[in-house]
Amino acid sequence: MDTHAHDRRHFLALTAGAAATPLLAACGAGFGGGDDKGGGSAADDVTGSFDWKREKGRTVKALLNKHPYTDALIADLKSFTTKTGIKVEYDVFPEDNYFDKLTVDLSSGRASYDVFMLGAYMVWQYGPPGWLEDLGPWMRNSSATGAEWDQADFFPNLLQADQWSLKDGAPLGRGGQYALPWGWETNVVAYNTEVFTKLGLKPAESFDELREIAGAVKRKAPGAGYDGMYGIAVRGSRSWATIHPGFMTMYARNGLHDFTVDGGKLKPAMNTPEAVAFTQDWAGMVKQGGPPSWTSYTWYQCSSDLGAKKAGMLFDADTAAYFQAVKGASPASGKIAFHPGPKGPDGSLATNMWIWSLGMNAKSKKKSASWLFLQWATGKEHLRRAAVTGNHIDPVRKSISQDAAYKDKMRHLPGFIETFETVVDQTKIQFTPQAQFFDATTSWAAALQEIYGGKNAKSVLNALAGDLAAKVD
Amino acid sequence: MGRRLTLRPYVLIVPALLLTCGILYPFGLGLYYTLFDFSASKPQPDMVRLHNYETVFTQDAFWNSAWVTVLYAVGAAAAETVLGVSVALLLHRSSLVGRVLEKILILPLMIAPVIAAIMWKLMLQPSVGVVNHLLKPFGLGGVQWTDTPTGALLSSIAVDVWVYTPFVAILALAGLRSLPTSPFEAAAVDGAGWWYTFRRLTLPMLWPYVLVAVIFRFMDSLKVFDIIYALTEGGPGDSTVVLQIRAYLEAIRFQRYSFGISYTIVLWAVVYLAAMVLVKHLGRIQRKAAEAK
Repeated sequence: MDTHAHDRRHFLALTAGAAATPLLAACGAGFGGGDDKGGGSAADDVTGSFDWKREKGRTVKALLNKHPYTDALIADLKSFTTKTGIKVEYDVFPEDNYFDKLTVDLSSGRASYDVFMLGAYMVWQYGPPGWLEDLGPWMRNSSATGAEWDQADFFPNLLQADQWSLKDGAPLGRGGQYALPWGWETNVVAYNTEVFTKLGLKPAESFDELREIAGAVKRKAPGAGYDGMYGIAVRGSRSWATIHPGFMTMYARNGLHDFTVDGGKLKPAMNTPEAVAFTQDWAGMVKQGGPPSWTSYTWYQCSSDLGAKKAGMLFDADTAAYFQAVKGASPASGKIAFHPGPKGPDGSLATNMWIWSLGMNAKSKKKSASWLFLQWATGKEHLRRAAVTGNHIDPVRKSISQDAAYKDKMRHLPGFIETFETVVDQTKIQFTPQAQFFDATTSWAAALQEIYGGKNAKSVLNALAGDLAAKVD
Repeated sequence: MGRRLTLRPYVLIVPALLLTCGILYPFGLGLYYTLFDFSASKPQPDMVRLHNYETVFTQDAFWNSAWVTVLYAVGAAAAETVLGVSVALLLHRSSLVGRVLEKILILPLMIAPVIAAIMWKLMLQPSVGVVNHLLKPFGLGGVQWTDTPTGALLSSIAVDVWVYTPFVAILALAGLRSLPTSPFEAAAVDGAGWWYTFRRLTLPMLWPYVLVAVIFRFMDSLKVFDIIYALTEGGPGDSTVVLQIRAYLEAIRFQRYSFGISYTIVLWAVVYLAAMVLVKHLGRIQRKAAEAK
């Protein structure tokens, strides 16, 4: 027997080769390129008459964010399994970690989750790399989609919010349908009626009035028996989430834009003289009437301050106020009213929206079963039940917003239905769709914090625009 | 028999070899990725060679982050060393109270730093936080702890100090207890005072232990992420965006993978160089301390 095979040199050569193999393989394999099928959608494989039981025995894996809407979905999952014979396994993560988990999972190219929650902004990030299934072909295939799903019943602006051509700067409402609207939020003003009555205040109709009222509440409320109360709760943490609710809504109502699109090129517009003036006023409002420690404020703090009678007003998602307003939810419940918020100089009630949507992993091996789940979760039957018996408010379907049982449920909240109906048609995504959205809005939030801290608004926003111009070019 | 003896060393190094591959493979892959413009929007990227590093070093954001990182690491390591050694000196005078305090002191180390940061975030909250409540009688109830750049950085360092001072104290205490007693007895007989004994005897002999703690804490503080992210998310503005946070934002949040990894490679190089210098220094100090004994 030849024993020389085990000498030192040979051994080292073998181990070095073994160690290098994965590295070389990685070089050769490129960057996780796709095993995508070229051509048509998997929806084309579904033929025959529509059947809820078509995928009986399958299991769909869902990634969900911890949210009252999710609670309503989970509570109703049994009815989906009964209807289809499909089991749903799910993981729920808190919002702070949810999108990181989803991003890492999708970018890995695995199909660990077949379906997941996402916002319309995420379509701009997840769509271009091809991580999201285009649901358009599924919606158009009558073998895959039951007639009762009724696409025309969705508020059109919501359906359009998840449609995009995947080209930076191109408007929404064209191209693929990369997610389905499931639950949404309009950004309006909620206020403590008790404090307003005591101080003789009325909800603001203009931004100037809003700033004035915010300051007045902070000055006068403690003397009127509301110890430590400040005027207005708005988000302030160094995160994209600070920009999109109250700030972007008021920004849009003032006719301002994040970017302008010229010949397909994006140009940052947050440093125009009008935008600079508005941003300075917003930071001033926070300084005069906002929360202490504003730079760490997320929607959780804003919402709980309204409920704890620490904030006189909240300019954020209507749901953030709703969860405090329902009976027994907080010390302020029964004393919270809703108002569309200040109009722009031209009377505009343009409102930015957050839309919780449901999407499908383009790598899913169970697309047909996943589509049945998405269809059920965004269908009338489940959404009605979730709205009436759960806390899935702000219906994405017109029929549910007009449903008598739903209206009965919401009627006790002063101004909720009226506010919803006033802004529903003017609520849309006010941002310019583009892949650098999260960078742009996170940097924008940081700029807002600097202005709040006393830095010159013009120079801060000029620097922001300069930095973003290079990134979106 | 002879053949088995020849093979044994190779078989024995297999675990170490696997471990080395497990470390080198992701590191090498990361390094390789930095040579491309790999991002979510460009899953099939071009080779850009050292362009990512060039961009990193020409960005104001990088230099700001590097400066914040150094401030944080130096501040936290220095404060923890001074406090840790002081606490160890107090606990070394063994008493019942000292032994009880020793047990309590270790508690922060048992809490995950991110939890500690969230806990402190609540306690530092200006209107409902307990810290301002306690300061109220002294007319200091309205401090906005994390709302200003300096305040945010100091608050982050303070949380780091709260979590890790016990680590330094425990190491220093172990060092103190291992010191020979005879030089101290001789000093006492000669009538040396506390300060003289501390400066000329305790500190030189304790220094190797302290330096080990400093190396650990300095390296860890350069790599800080959890405490700052949970407390300030890097704000206000960019005032607490350390290199790790910048790398996380670039690679995960903004999905510019190559660029984000470039930040981490630069950070690795900084930590590696700092560690080399400190360890070399530690060797010299250890030799000196041995001579002093």
